[in-house]
Amino acid sequence: MKGPELCKVTDNRLIAGGMYKLRLEAPNVAGNARPGQFIHIKVPGDRSRLLRRPISIYDACHKKGYVEIVFQVVGEGTRLLSAVKTGDFLDVLGPLGNGFSVSGDTRHLFVVGGGCGAAPVKFAASRFNFTGRTCFIGFKSGDAAYDLQEFENSCDSLLIATEDGSIGYKGLITEVLEDELKRNLPDLMLACGPVPMMKAIQQMAEKYRVPCQLLLEERMGCGIGACMTCACAVRDDEDGFIYKRVCKDGPVFWSREVMLDEA
Amino acid sequence: MRHNMEVAICGIKFKNPVIAASGTFGFGSEHAGYIDLNRIGGIAVKGLTLEPKKGNQPPRIAETPSGMLNSVGLQNPGVDYFIEHQLPRLKGYDTRIIVNINGNTEEEYCMMAEKLQGKPVDMLELNISCPNVKQGGMAFGTDPDTVYNVTKSVRAHAGQPVLVKLTPNVTDIREIAIAVEEGGGDGISLINTVLGMAVDAKSRKPILANVVGGLSGPAIKPIALRMVWEVSKVVGIPIVGMGGIATGEDAVEFLLAGAAAVGVGTANLISPTACIDIVNQIEEYMRINGVEDINELTGGLIV
Repeated sequence: MKGPELCKVTDNRLIAGGMYKLRLEAPNVAGNARPGQFIHIKVPGDRSRLLRRPISIYDACHKKGYVEIVFQVVGEGTRLLSAVKTGDFLDVLGPLGNGFSVSGDTRHLFVVGGGCGAAPVKFAASRFNFTGRTCFIGFKSGDAAYDLQEFENSCDSLLIATEDGSIGYKGLITEVLEDELKRNLPDLMLACGPVPMMKAIQQMAEKYRVPCQLLLEERMGCGIGACMTCACAVRDDEDGFIYKRVCKDGPVFWSREVMLDEA
Repeated sequence: MRHNMEVAICGIKFKNPVIAASGTFGFGSEHAGYIDLNRIGGIAVKGLTLEPKKGNQPPRIAETPSGMLNSVGLQNPGVDYFIEHQLPRLKGYDTRIIVNINGNTEEEYCMMAEKLQGKPVDMLELNISCPNVKQGGMAFGTDPDTVYNVTKSVRAHAGQPVLVKLTPNVTDIREIAIAVEEGGGDGISLINTVLGMAVDAKSRKPILANVVGGLSGPAIKPIALRMVWEVSKVVGIPIVGMGGIATGEDAVEFLLAGAAAVGVGTANLISPTACIDIVNQIEEYMRINGVEDINELTGGLIV
């Protein structure tokens, strides 16, 4: 395992409202990156912001040695990240965490993503290409949707919802998902998005008895499992629940084991 | 020229003065993937309790200017699990192992010290300064009489030298440090985190689920330096200084203020290689400044 590396930014562009896609020259990360994993990035240009930002991998190319992330500007740290230019360097640790796990005999996969949570499920869809893949992505509006061609190329069937109906189905992507689940059940679902969406998917996974993996997000410290700050509640027979580490035990967890209300 | 980096604390030799601070380094296994643990002076393991502890509800961490707040709440598998499952692996490393113990009562501290007697542990760190637990923790560390009593009791039950880890959340750190020395404490580590909080103005909510938490990182370094300096003036027992150390030069500052060794905490969260980077930077400082023996630095502040 390698420590933090300085990686060269080869592209950074606005791809939707407040959403950026950043490409890094990072052969070591790219060679090992699996869908669902994240990289832990130091905020550039402000040493007073100590903590790294964990951001899911959107794409990685082993051959060309690059990694891409998609992130939303939510605070000053991500704002500074959005301002980096081609040729700048970022201090990167990773890839970290356990990715999605999809067995070779999976025949049909549903991947579900909301907002910037669509990014890691796109990576999953493009990598798990040995199986049939239906991709569900939801955004607030068409302005917030990004890289739709890329999503189209990464799956067999793409379904889109926006809350204002500007693109695709008008409403929540979980409504589209439920319609589809009524018609045909996949072997496995993978999902990432805002907590209300994850809760809805967790309930559907239970209702339709579909195994489901959720990629969780939590305020994080070290990213390697030492500091115990990024806790998420996981069911435990003896104690009701225990806190696991999102960074090291996750960020992907089985839907049936995580307790999103406790997290 | 070889520089001597070896220091002795309470009669225990450390190959260099850099100790990974409790709570930022787990039980060493995660950082072992990034650095050679044999190269650091010591490891203060994650704070242990008598029984396993669940810890606090998340969010448990918040970034603040040049610092961070945490409210982990001592999540740990308990002292018995540690002895059985973590210690055998740790003892394979050529580094000093300091076990941080936390009790709800004085009796619990003593029971843990007893369980660790005869085990391959170099030192105990009596944590009377955790700000994130309802019972025990910091409550033990803010009153000199209580500090004296718990130090004395644990000392009587311990098989290893006892460092007492102090909270900065007191009016006069000197009277607490004196109580440790009078109670028979072998050394003092300070400072633990400074009680603080962070608020999200948009949502009008605290960022930590626990509302308050412990502030660490460079933001608290001046407080820590001042306290190490003050304590070194009033006690004769060795001090392990910590609070915001992020570079070798930071470490040297603590030594000059009176510390015999240093703890590196928050920096481990920023980079898993921090402890080794700091060892290397201290060595470089010694080389550039012609310091042959690191022990020359301790208390060497020119005032």
